[in-house]
Amino acid sequence: MAGLDKRVATYEEALAGLTDDMTVLAGGFGLCGIPENLIAEIKRRGVKGLTVVSNNCGVDGFGLGVLLEDRQIRKMVASYVGENAEFERQLLSGELEVELTPQGTLAEKMRAGGAGIPAFFTATGYGTPVAEGKEVREFNGRKYILEESITGDFAIVKGWKADHYGNVVYRNTAQNFNPLAATAGKITVVEVEEIVEPGVLLPSEIHTPGIYVDRVIVGTFEKRIEKRTVKA
Amino acid sequence: MALTREQMAQRVARELKDGYYVNLGIGIPTLVANYVPEGMEVMLQSENGLLGMGEFPTEATIDADMINAGKQTVTARRGASIFDSAQSFAMIRGGHVDLTVLGAFEVDVQGNIASWMIPGKLVKGMGGAMDLVAGADNIIVTMTHASKDGESKLLPKCSLPLTGAGCIRKVLTDLAYLEIENGAFILRETAPGVSVEEIIEKTAGKLIVADDVKEMTF
Repeated sequence: MAGLDKRVATYEEALAGLTDDMTVLAGGFGLCGIPENLIAEIKRRGVKGLTVVSNNCGVDGFGLGVLLEDRQIRKMVASYVGENAEFERQLLSGELEVELTPQGTLAEKMRAGGAGIPAFFTATGYGTPVAEGKEVREFNGRKYILEESITGDFAIVKGWKADHYGNVVYRNTAQNFNPLAATAGKITVVEVEEIVEPGVLLPSEIHTPGIYVDRVIVGTFEKRIEKRTVKA
Repeated sequence: MALTREQMAQRVARELKDGYYVNLGIGIPTLVANYVPEGMEVMLQSENGLLGMGEFPTEATIDADMINAGKQTVTARRGASIFDSAQSFAMIRGGHVDLTVLGAFEVDVQGNIASWMIPGKLVKGMGGAMDLVAGADNIIVTMTHASKDGESKLLPKCSLPLTGAGCIRKVLTDLAYLEIENGAFILRETAPGVSVEEIIEKTAGKLIVADDVKEMTF
């Protein structure tokens, strides 16, 4: 690892420095575009007390769901959870804290966090339980609530292709929260299907510029499908 | 007769206009895509980051990296674009989506909607519903008029925690099409063979029967 070359050779190296009680931002929507090998590495490291920020929390035995097995997650910030039985059990027993956040607000919290904006006003959630305890302001006759942005000690991201410089492109809807998480990690780690030679990715095509990325690793992916649906 | 799910989708589809960008929620709203009138072009937005959702793939074209907000595998149609979740909700929150169709547990005469949380039951989350109802100007809620026990879901005041406050103006139930204005439901259309009396009886919130109330035809 030298200069602008962000490549690392092992998953152990990719998550070096991840310790107990850290906040981890994870890309993905359902099981689509999740950093599955980085999640597996978090499990292998056995770190505990994590706050995980991700739209969802995987399923039993796959995705972020595997971090529930050894109770590595203390708090989950997500818009939709409960696709897994273990999540439900830990939530009901009080072992796991959950902060439900509207999906667009969650995305904007990461975007703002990465962009140096500490908070923003949104109409989303006004008049609902989400607004409880939050400042309300009126602009042009409409009420908005103040939402604080999110940053993480680590961001774990799944890309399609990257180059040595950490420039990343995503494939289809596997993009989702990944570019947002990438901007908001103190250390951003991107795993990709392919690392290409510098110059192969066109500058105008880059989704995540390398400035946001600290480490890049190439992996192989299961890409499990949650709801396989085909034309009748 | 109460409308079938397909008839509800058909009725909602009559609100589509050529050139609309539309977000369809899970369930009955999804079926609306099957009833886009011939010769009309609409672009379906899926909030996980796809504008221009196409039909389901075949076994040969299925792609784990291409799903909709319901996590089903889909395709992208001609003219589609794909983007990140912040961009997706910028178009929703910024009012760029022409029509949003989604389900609910309850709506009330103030245009409040409850659709995500039943106290005492496991709460899975609001997903994108709060952003959708806060951001859209033109929303149609699709739901059954009353619960299985006959309890009205069109209320003077929502009893469940809200998804959004004062944001709903159009409701299609299995019995009627109603609009919400000045603290009342306005009955505009009845399902075929459903009497105005039955709708009055099953609407707990204040109901005004429009002078020109029509019976839907299919």
